Amino acid sequence: MNQTIISAATEGTNPLVPNPWEMGVVLAGFAVLFYIVVKFVVPMFEKTFAERAEAIEGGIAKAEKAQAEASAALEEYKQQLTDARAEANRIREEARAEGAQILADLKEKAAAESARITAHAHAQIESERQAAVVSLRAEVGTLATTLASRIVGESLSDDARAARVVDRFLADLENQNAGAAK
Amino acid sequence: MHLPAILPWGAADGFSKQMLLVILSVVIIATFFLLAARKQQLVPGKLQFAGEAAYGFVRNSIAKDIIGGKDFIKYVPLLFSLFFFILVNNIYGAIPLIQLPSFSHVGGAYVLAAIVYLTWIGIGVKKNGLKYFKLATVPSGVPVYILPIVIPIEIISNFLVRPVTHSLRLFATMLAGHLIVMIAGSGIEYLVMQENILLKGTSVLVLVGAIAMYMLEALIMALQAYVFTLLTAIYIEGALHADSH
Repeated sequence: MNQTIISAATEGTNPLVPNPWEMGVVLAGFAVLFYIVVKFVVPMFEKTFAERAEAIEGGIAKAEKAQAEASAALEEYKQQLTDARAEANRIREEARAEGAQILADLKEKAAAESARITAHAHAQIESERQAAVVSLRAEVGTLATTLASRIVGESLSDDARAARVVDRFLADLENQNAGAAK
Repeated sequence: MHLPAILPWGAADGFSKQMLLVILSVVIIATFFLLAARKQQLVPGKLQFAGEAAYGFVRNSIAKDIIGGKDFIKYVPLLFSLFFFILVNNIYGAIPLIQLPSFSHVGGAYVLAAIVYLTWIGIGVKKNGLKYFKLATVPSGVPVYILPIVIPIEIISNFLVRPVTHSLRLFATMLAGHLIVMIAGSGIEYLVMQENILLKGTSVLVLVGAIAMYMLEALIMALQAYVFTLLTAIYIEGALHADSH
């Protein structure tokens, strides 16, 4: 009795002895699953993972690029501003120098003009005085001679004497004038 | 021990419930992941998110962390298939009415362990040539006079014992869990049938214990799928980097 139970338990029921059909089914089933996983599941998921990583990293790269561009633009503007400031300073300096130059030129020109006008006036006055002296001398000579001849009654038709008298008279007159001017 | 055959098939035991469940598991896994992966979007929906989380677990927590480098992606399909094939077939044991973890029949565990065994040896030979067997059995930095002891130990542990433990670990935990739940169930049934009211009452204690064991078994089912896949990854990594071990 006991012997049959033991033999029944050992015979065909050893759990370590596999059933070949079950092994075949597991092998085939796993092969099919593995094929589906290799062919479809893994590529699909990997594609999504790659796309997602791409999207995130692409976004970061884009942002970094934009930032670099912005800082480059800022640098450029700063450079331009500095250039513009220097340019403005240069122009202002130039203008100041030019203004001073113009002013100096004008001053010089004005001085020259005034000198010219003064000289001209001097010359004119001199020539007018000269003319006046000449005409006066002639006129005064005649008047004085006439007057003297009337007073003295003596003919002064003798030119040499007359000229001498007139000259003396004029010299006296000039001396009087000079004394009055002093 | 053997379940009744569903259909008579050949000279062996015919088409068993276990075979049907194995085929069903392939259908379940393939359907779920093909549906989850079908409409891929950058911002995932619920199903896609679940699929990605499951896929990402095997891909990142097992393949990437253990194998690493750039090559790990080549081994993701194998690890992924193994993990979910074993997981679903184990979880059968926790589903009422099915209550049969496929790997409580040793054949399936042998097959998977053999696939893994051939895979890592193949990888090692492909990577290092026949020198791989020397690299795998002669550890570097060991004094020469110890080598006669170490080499046989390495040969036995790596090439003989490793596939056996790899398969039996899975098979034994599943069978043991299956048996415990079954025995608890039978025990409860037996105690409930007793005339003595006190003896009948003890069935409640067994029920509580059975529920606790059931929870533990559910945990072990998931854990063994993880352990089997993790060990596969470790073996592959060892074969890939045999020269640095």
